[in-house]
Amino acid sequence: MQDMGRETKAYYILIAAFLLLFAGNLVYGAVKIPFGDVLAILMGSEAEKASWNMIILGSRLPQCITALLAGAGLAISGLMLQTLFRNPLAGPSILGISDGANLGVACVMLYSGGLLGSLSGGAYFSMIIAALGGSLAVLALIIYFSRKIKSNVMLLIIGIMIGYLASSAISILNYHAAADKVHQYVMWGMGDFTGVSVEKLPYFASFTVFGLIYSILLIKPLNALLLGEMYAANLGVKIKSARLSILLCTGILTATITAFCGPVSFIGLAVPHVARMLLGTSNHKHLVPVTILSGACIAMLCNMLTVVPGNNSLLPLNAVTPMIGAPIIIYVIINRKNLQYFN
Amino acid sequence: MGTKVNEIAVQAKGLSIGYNDSKGRKVVQSDVNLTLYSGEVTCLLGLNGAGKSTLIRTLCGFQPPLEGDVLLRGKALTGYSSGEFAREVGVVLTEKTNAGGITVYELVGLGRHPYTGFFGTLKENDRKIIEASMEAVGISHKQHNYVSELSDGERQKAMIAKVLAQECPIIVLDEPTAFLDVTARIDTMVLLRKLAKEQGKAIVLSTHDIDSAIGMADNLWLLSKGKHVRFGAPEDLIMDGTIGEFFSKENIIFDQSTGKLSSVLPKVLPVGVSGDFQTSYWVGNALVRNGFTPSAIQENGINVICHSRENLELQYPDKSTKKATSVAQLCEIITKDYPA
Repeated sequence: MQDMGRETKAYYILIAAFLLLFAGNLVYGAVKIPFGDVLAILMGSEAEKASWNMIILGSRLPQCITALLAGAGLAISGLMLQTLFRNPLAGPSILGISDGANLGVACVMLYSGGLLGSLSGGAYFSMIIAALGGSLAVLALIIYFSRKIKSNVMLLIIGIMIGYLASSAISILNYHAAADKVHQYVMWGMGDFTGVSVEKLPYFASFTVFGLIYSILLIKPLNALLLGEMYAANLGVKIKSARLSILLCTGILTATITAFCGPVSFIGLAVPHVARMLLGTSNHKHLVPVTILSGACIAMLCNMLTVVPGNNSLLPLNAVTPMIGAPIIIYVIINRKNLQYFN
Repeated sequence: MGTKVNEIAVQAKGLSIGYNDSKGRKVVQSDVNLTLYSGEVTCLLGLNGAGKSTLIRTLCGFQPPLEGDVLLRGKALTGYSSGEFAREVGVVLTEKTNAGGITVYELVGLGRHPYTGFFGTLKENDRKIIEASMEAVGISHKQHNYVSELSDGERQKAMIAKVLAQECPIIVLDEPTAFLDVTARIDTMVLLRKLAKEQGKAIVLSTHDIDSAIGMADNLWLLSKGKHVRFGAPEDLIMDGTIGEFFSKENIIFDQSTGKLSSVLPKVLPVGVSGDFQTSYWVGNALVRNGFTPSAIQENGINVICHSRENLELQYPDKSTKKATSVAQLCEIITKDYPA
């Protein structure tokens, strides 16, 4: 309320960044296409070269939308997990939830008939279900352990251990799988926003948009949970169903994004911190939308950074996200005494 | 004092509290009968392991009673929905919160949670109540500060303001003074009394601080492992020996005349003390600590004549005298001459 100025400023900055990065994603790429032509193509007119049409509408636009939805979804998942576990260093990848989704995907990808490139909508659906199964199984395990272990740091280590277990199961699956499928799986594991074609985009978008809307509906219980589960219960929050909602929402988002884009690291962990620092509050009323916007922006930035100038190939996404995410986390840990939300 | 006082707010009848876990049922206290009145401060006293936390958690609805029931203003606790209960009982816990990154105003605003709509938006009426709650505990001047910037005492006040914003007739506090320094502790107790008297709240708090419980509470609930729960006004429980019975252990006794716990030392040589009230009181205090029993002046005994704070005269049975200029010096001399 009293900080109205700061919130409004955050929204202005993020919306400006969002528009700039969106434009940047469409204009910047391996093939040089003038800005005017990009605009013209978006307006529906034919470009100078037919291939440009294809590049913009068939590749860059879906890739950009995938990036922004994936970034928003991972970031909000991270925020919800950080609030629920009352641990600012929680996140889908730290707690092993991404690894659970990986395992589910590995099962389908390595042992189902189709290759990644030729997967039909139905096969994608089965991949989402497998990823969801994997991530929810890990989430259930984490909840079980969170009852037994009160220390947040210990719980994070358990999450990391569960992640290792999932990875080792994946290695065993890889060992027995056919070489071409293993190659596909390894490529998928590097993270990629390019895998979602125009045809697949509606599947991807409907799941992630559902998750994002779901998260906005959870703002009130998330705020009560800042005080811990007992205080929240005393404020009339039905803890069991709130926890289930948060985990389901996190699970759906993480699983969908992992199934389509691979295990994207660091965005879920780092973006909520950027949002909190930008806003100066942990009140979810603004933190949720700002985290969603920041996640979208940072993922689009990462997507642009994967383009190697003058070269036709892309850097793996997971080579780029730690370059942005890891310094943020190190900064946050060093400055934790000065960050209100840590104290 | 516009509100009605001494109405029964909470009544426990034949209550059994404890846990059901994998090893079966663990009863912490059984056949508990207690009454909590509105407009009064009640302190829950008991040594660790007596079941204070379990009783608090049961009253707060965090765990169901094993047997019997708790009546909140005449209606069984188990009959309340979580939304209704949130308007009935407000809690302040020892649980660490994660609220450092919100302002005091926002924290107190969370108390409106049971009344606000789907997105928790505060309306004009909510804002008035939040402001009045902050005013009542004296934290208004910090309302724009982050919770992380508050001292422990201020944080406790903010949590109490949150409970007030929740508009519950019953307030339960789990060791609200545990981490506070002595002034903040007194502040908090005085505040709780004020809320009970002025707003007619029924307040119950658990504490280890027997002194302030005796000084500030209208009622005490005494819990002890293997004993029946007792309740009553502190003075009655002191004078009928109940408190002594509850807190005395092998080497600890509860002094019925001073209301203090002290350790029993083997040496109990009587020492006569005379002088002005203040000096002789504190000389007596030092003598007790060193294993002597202060008494009236005695012929042919050890006596301390307090001429002033800095002029203490020690008389021995053989009529010899020694001077001390401070209580410390007095202790030094008397323990040297009469070692244990």
